[in-house]
Amino acid sequence: MDFMNTFRLALRALARNKMRSALTMLGIVIGVGAVIAVVSIGQGAQYLVQQGIQAMGTNAVFIIAGSSRAGGVRQGYGGVKTLTIDDMNAILREIPIIKQAAPSVTSRQQVVYGNQNWNTQITGTTPNFFDIRTWPVQAGSVFSDEEVDLAANVCVIGTTVARVLFADENPVGKTLRIGNLPFRVDGVLESKGQNVMGQDQDDAIFAPYTTVQRKVSGITWLQFINASAISQEASVAAVAPITSLLQERHRIRRGEDDDFMVRTQSDIADLANQTQSVMTMLLGGIASVSLLVGGIGIMNIMLVSVTERTREIGLRMAVGATESDVQRQFLVEAVTLSMMGGAIGIVFGLVGSALISNFLSWPTLISGKAIIAAAIFSAAVGIFFGYYPARKAAQLDPIEALRYE
Amino acid sequence: MAEQTTVLTEPNQTAATGKPVIRLENVYKVYDLGEIQVQALRGISLEVREGEFVAVMGPSGSGKSTVMNILGCLDRPTRGHYYLDDVDVSGMSKTDLARIRNRKLGFVFQQFNLLSRTSALENVELPTVYAGISPEERTKRAMESLTRVGLADRAGHHPSQLSGGQQQRVAIARGLVNRPSILLADEPTGNLDSRTSVEIMDILQTLNNEEGLTIVLVTHEPDIARYAKRTLEFLDGKLRRDNVVSNRLIAHEVLKTLPTPEEQAAEDAEDNARHEKMAKSDAAK
Ligand SMILES: Nc1ncnc2c1ncn2[C@@H]1O[C@H](COP(=O)(O)OP(=O)(O)OP(=O)(O)O)[C@@H](O)[C@H]1O
Ligand SMILES: [Mg+2]
Repeated sequence: MDFMNTFRLALRALARNKMRSALTMLGIVIGVGAVIAVVSIGQGAQYLVQQGIQAMGTNAVFIIAGSSRAGGVRQGYGGVKTLTIDDMNAILREIPIIKQAAPSVTSRQQVVYGNQNWNTQITGTTPNFFDIRTWPVQAGSVFSDEEVDLAANVCVIGTTVARVLFADENPVGKTLRIGNLPFRVDGVLESKGQNVMGQDQDDAIFAPYTTVQRKVSGITWLQFINASAISQEASVAAVAPITSLLQERHRIRRGEDDDFMVRTQSDIADLANQTQSVMTMLLGGIASVSLLVGGIGIMNIMLVSVTERTREIGLRMAVGATESDVQRQFLVEAVTLSMMGGAIGIVFGLVGSALISNFLSWPTLISGKAIIAAAIFSAAVGIFFGYYPARKAAQLDPIEALRYE
Repeated sequence: MAEQTTVLTEPNQTAATGKPVIRLENVYKVYDLGEIQVQALRGISLEVREGEFVAVMGPSGSGKSTVMNILGCLDRPTRGHYYLDDVDVSGMSKTDLARIRNRKLGFVFQQFNLLSRTSALENVELPTVYAGISPEERTKRAMESLTRVGLADRAGHHPSQLSGGQQQRVAIARGLVNRPSILLADEPTGNLDSRTSVEIMDILQTLNNEEGLTIVLVTHEPDIARYAKRTLEFLDGKLRRDNVVSNRLIAHEVLKTLPTPEEQAAEDAEDNARHEKMAKSDAAK
């Protein structure tokens, strides 16, 4: 019997019990739909994270104060007081493949302009920070190196701060208050939107690090050094010399934990990728379980169907159906069931992820690979779970099958 | 009665002369049930020639169905040989036997075995599906076959919309659709009333006479066996008697003497009325 015939026969048999076929398919529909939706959400998140990390610059090297070890005597990062501007200058001086570096020292503060009030993060840094981060101003200018040396009360602000405090006014040249100190606004940065963690990057104020250290926070150390190597390879190559230089400067002995971390942009990308993949795999695994359950449903219904149609099978054999004809008939039926479920599931998954990205504004990325995989997987489920019932049907004895009540 | 019989029958049959299409040689069939072994057939040898019309008879359990299953290539003899068209099929694979069933044999069952919720035409088409015939040709053949049993006008009906006799005629049409040389029927009239049985025998006789179709049928009823040309009587798995039918009944003629369903219905109504009247007068007393 040719394939078209077998397929038509299968559709007919399935149409005969519409409700039952629909319910049987539901398991696969849910499974495939969930897989597609989960994968597209996962990939969307991953894409965003990678975009964000890419935006930090591929040559970036980050030196973070604090230990990577959790617990113990060491404090978490940011809380360690050993990373200083001298460390940064030493790195620039002794490691030539590091081209630029900018310090970061942060503090949350209340900011006031006129009768507007806002709580935001103040980051102390140097002007080249904006080069390293490729973050230009849209109005005004960035404070100068002299202003850093003088610990001048000047700042540049993000668009969110500009909007909240200044509304329609032009902030450039105006004076706002951070804590009790007046700061002149030199420039407004271009909008960067949310970062990978969903935080608004434009809700920020940048000032000379000297000013933040001495006048705002009253500290002498740094939390962060943003460095930039001459190339992506150089950024990776720079990790070891930076580490040994800082170990020496911080007098960290062999066997002791470092009080800093050196990370390249690709390290962070890998880490983010890993976390994302684990999440995607986990959710995908859960979705696959429902696909498996759907497959068992198909097997169950196919077994019922074989029993119900014992006489039909006997008759078909008597009039010339071979074992393989019968086996193919039931296998095609199972695969039709699972693939129809898969097709509907793909549609549901696509619609579902579209709804999620619309209403929850989560990023989703439809993956062609996931769709193909879902189609192949649902066919495989049909073959795998349809094989046993089909085999059972094919091995019936025609005489006994014809006598079956 | 004696007068009628002469009208309804034809002279004694002479032994068939066509080439042998079925030959059983010392066939045994043993069902091994573990503790006991059932000897269903015990050394059957027989020959059926082209164009014969054979009725297999015998008491229940004598092995009639068993021998039919072997003739129909649904089962294989435990011992002995079965030659179909001079080819020994006793040792063939299941797949080869399926092909032979499809091409050379037609089946008619006591239970009709039509697929429900499937039109008569599609039921008749079923064997052609496994014969590798194009869809157009399949429908054409099925229609031809239905016409031969006089049911062309019921092609679109489902079995539930057909009478028992009509269902069996659809089943016969299905048995004929691949143009087999032999039609095998195990108690084809077992579920039918006497008039419908004769109608079925009429169709079989016509096929046998006009197209030379070889027919082997099993029946319990001696009346039905008298429409065949030859009877084989089984007893305890052995062939007891092999007779030529004398005074063979001609179904076509017998039908003329039987009341038509309409007449039968009228008669029944009369009977009922009479009974009711009697019941009423009884009640009056
Ligand atoms: N599958 C089987 N397993 C065991 N014994 C069987 C099987 N089929 C038939 N038999 C036995 O073989 C013998 C012949 O059975 P068969 O069905 O051929 O009888 P039959 O002549 O067709 O009877 P009936 O007129 O009742 O249909 C019986 O004793 C029966 O019990
Ligand atoms: Mg029987």
